[in-house]
Amino acid sequence: MNEKILYSYTGVFNSPNAIINAAEKVSEKGYKKYDVHTPYPLHGMNKAMKLPPSKLGYVALVIGLSGALSALLLMFWMSAVDYPIVIGGKPLFSFPAYVPVIFEVTVLSASIATVLTMLFIFFKLPNNAHPLHGTEYMKNVAADKYGISIQAEDEKFDEVEVKKLLEECGAINITAIYYDEEEINHKHKILEPKFIGFLLFTALLTSGVSYFTLNKVLYMSPFNWMMEQNKLNPQSTSTIFADGFGMRNPVEGTIPRGYLPYPYKGQPEAAGVNLINPLPVTKQILDIGQKKFDIYCSPCHGFNGEGDSRLRGQFPNPPSLHSEKVRTWSDGRIFHVITDGQNIMPSYSSQLNTDEKWAVVHYIRTLQRALNAKESDLQ
Amino acid sequence: MSVVDYSQELSVVEGKPPLRSLDDLIAKPLEVKPDRKFYIALSVTLSMLGLFVIGLALTFWYGIGMWGNNNPVGWAFDIVNFVFWVGIGHAGTLISAILFLFRQKWRTGIARFAEGMTIFAVMTALLFPLIHVGRPWLDGWLLPYPNQHGVWTNFTSPLLWDVFAVSTYFAVSLIFWYVGLIPDFGSLRERATGKFKKIIYSTFSLGWRFSNRHWHHYEMVYLILAGFATPLVLSVHTIVSFDFAVSIIPGWHTTIFPPYFVAGAVFSGFAMVQNVLIAVRKIFNYEHIITVDTLEKMNKIMLVTGSMVGYAYAMEFFIAWYSGVQAETFTFFNRALGPYAWAYWIMVTCNVISPQLFWVKKIRRSVPVMFVIAIFVNVGMWFERFVIVVTSLSRDFLPSSWAYYTPTYVDFMILIGSFGFFFTWILLFTKALPVVSMAEVKAVVDGSQPSHEDH
Repeated sequence: MNEKILYSYTGVFNSPNAIINAAEKVSEKGYKKYDVHTPYPLHGMNKAMKLPPSKLGYVALVIGLSGALSALLLMFWMSAVDYPIVIGGKPLFSFPAYVPVIFEVTVLSASIATVLTMLFIFFKLPNNAHPLHGTEYMKNVAADKYGISIQAEDEKFDEVEVKKLLEECGAINITAIYYDEEEINHKHKILEPKFIGFLLFTALLTSGVSYFTLNKVLYMSPFNWMMEQNKLNPQSTSTIFADGFGMRNPVEGTIPRGYLPYPYKGQPEAAGVNLINPLPVTKQILDIGQKKFDIYCSPCHGFNGEGDSRLRGQFPNPPSLHSEKVRTWSDGRIFHVITDGQNIMPSYSSQLNTDEKWAVVHYIRTLQRALNAKESDLQ
Repeated sequence: MSVVDYSQELSVVEGKPPLRSLDDLIAKPLEVKPDRKFYIALSVTLSMLGLFVIGLALTFWYGIGMWGNNNPVGWAFDIVNFVFWVGIGHAGTLISAILFLFRQKWRTGIARFAEGMTIFAVMTALLFPLIHVGRPWLDGWLLPYPNQHGVWTNFTSPLLWDVFAVSTYFAVSLIFWYVGLIPDFGSLRERATGKFKKIIYSTFSLGWRFSNRHWHHYEMVYLILAGFATPLVLSVHTIVSFDFAVSIIPGWHTTIFPPYFVAGAVFSGFAMVQNVLIAVRKIFNYEHIITVDTLEKMNKIMLVTGSMVGYAYAMEFFIAWYSGVQAETFTFFNRALGPYAWAYWIMVTCNVISPQLFWVKKIRRSVPVMFVIAIFVNVGMWFERFVIVVTSLSRDFLPSSWAYYTPTYVDFMILIGSFGFFFTWILLFTKALPVVSMAEVKAVVDGSQPSHEDH
């Protein structure tokens, strides 16, 4: 690659008036791919170059309005749908209170979007590999000179004519700008192993630090002081009480809320005679019964109560609930088995409350009826 | 002092200096090694910052019981400092956005510095709500994010609006500042001689080429950002004032708060910018870029906003009497004559009386005098927030729950430390970035724009 590829011809001017004239002439001649470089924006240059008005305003408008709308919808969903809590007697969706946040989100989203669009989409920056970089021309226009650069890509480009045109305009310094080798062979740095390694390193570092912070640091002093307070925990020892326990037994005769003592413990027959199912048979109650049966009973008794355990022999299979014996049991007798257990079946009192047990009894009756239907059921 | 003819538009930059000399002058602090004075100043601010760190460490270790806050004065120095620093930030955006929209060219000399101060002031301010929650490592809960608790933030609370307002303000100020810096990074890149500097400036300039096709969009974006930042700056202190005005505490529950807070914020912000700029123009020999005319214009803004604040004080008293609400009337008598009367009269002296001296042209144009007045204004504005927050809380509706608030040494460490934090950033800024916008100043030098003779 010895032959240099021409990027553009550049001319440097001393005064703002001269560069405006030059820009006007160049655009009149019909050049399209040219650019003016000035250390600061010059009034009237956009007109001289015949540039159409910037469209960035539309970006701000569209993104700003979408930001406003998303803020409104999100706040509506968060405070009126997903987490509805009445605060200060105001309606769940209180629009006036949302106005400040909607405004802030609008400004934030529109500003960020406009700037990012300008830099990365309109200007295609960052680009430090442009042919103009690292030239004497760039040094001049960055400080106090005004330059124009006509690109070789332009359809009308002709070395001699361009040179002549720049001379006519009164350029003090006309130079040709060539691509250098690096710029021709320029590849995206994003795919370089170094850069990917850097990304990986950052990802590892961030996740490591987050893990350490959330799982270790927050359990160290003083961050855990809300949890570790100077008070007696139920399981800790105590010097206050004679028995050395931090936990106290409730006063004798205390019963938990909703608890009723079961009078037929060890008396299945008495229970079968005296206990009557207080619940009516309704769809709702059968649904509850089915749910509880499927959760707590079906692992051993099977979904249909046939004793087809899903425990694969780890536990002996119970007899079928469709046997003559069980079918003729009263509701109270079945209730007793659930409450007190039978053979190796334990009590299910800690899993099911009284009403749920009765609902399960109803459901078992439904299962039995389904497998041994009466004549009348078939009609 | 010299006679100024106000009927003529004054040159923004004195004496038509060559453009390259402006570059040299502005870039000089970045290109020479810092001198002894810089290190002395830095050691002072770092010592203050050290106090800040110790104060915060004590607070985090033992809890906010280390502060003087009591019941009923649950908000004290923490919120006073927060409002004070957010207010300081307002001058920067006013200068960079509102004065830009009004085409005030004199802003160019001071805009970059004022914007920098905005960012550092908002950073300082942001620390206070974060530490005053008591367990700052859980500050993430202030933001609405999907979480395992299934809980969302309360969008009807002014404190949540504050989270959005101040963080948006910080983000937009930072973007605005960076967009303004891009061309200057380009200039610095072209000037840089060392390899390391060149890489840094190239990275931050994003490869800016001074192309007019870029300037064209760039000016549009600058206009859009200014258009957004203008209502934003007004909204931020309005929302900060809602923290008070939406509550029912007498002395807080007033509709005058939003405009009164915004005027006060601009007032204190300009005073702080004035103080720091007077030092900067002296140290870096920027007297012809940041001219006495510019400083005089800032004094005029301080006079206007100071008078607005004075009017608001008077109007609060009038409404307290006119409304006939007993609690309200009592609160204002209590402010002027109660246990915190000393704070109230410091505030009135510094904020209402001292800026009125700017009616005299000689005082307005005298640098040492305006420096002293600006310090007074800063002190006064800090006390204004103290008066609003502490006197109202210490005596509200129920006399049985009244209590006097006294700050502790930790409160003072954090207050002094916040100045250390702010000025450390300012000092580093003067050595790391151009404190005056090179591109903007060059654009307003006499003769730097085309004369349009042929049009």
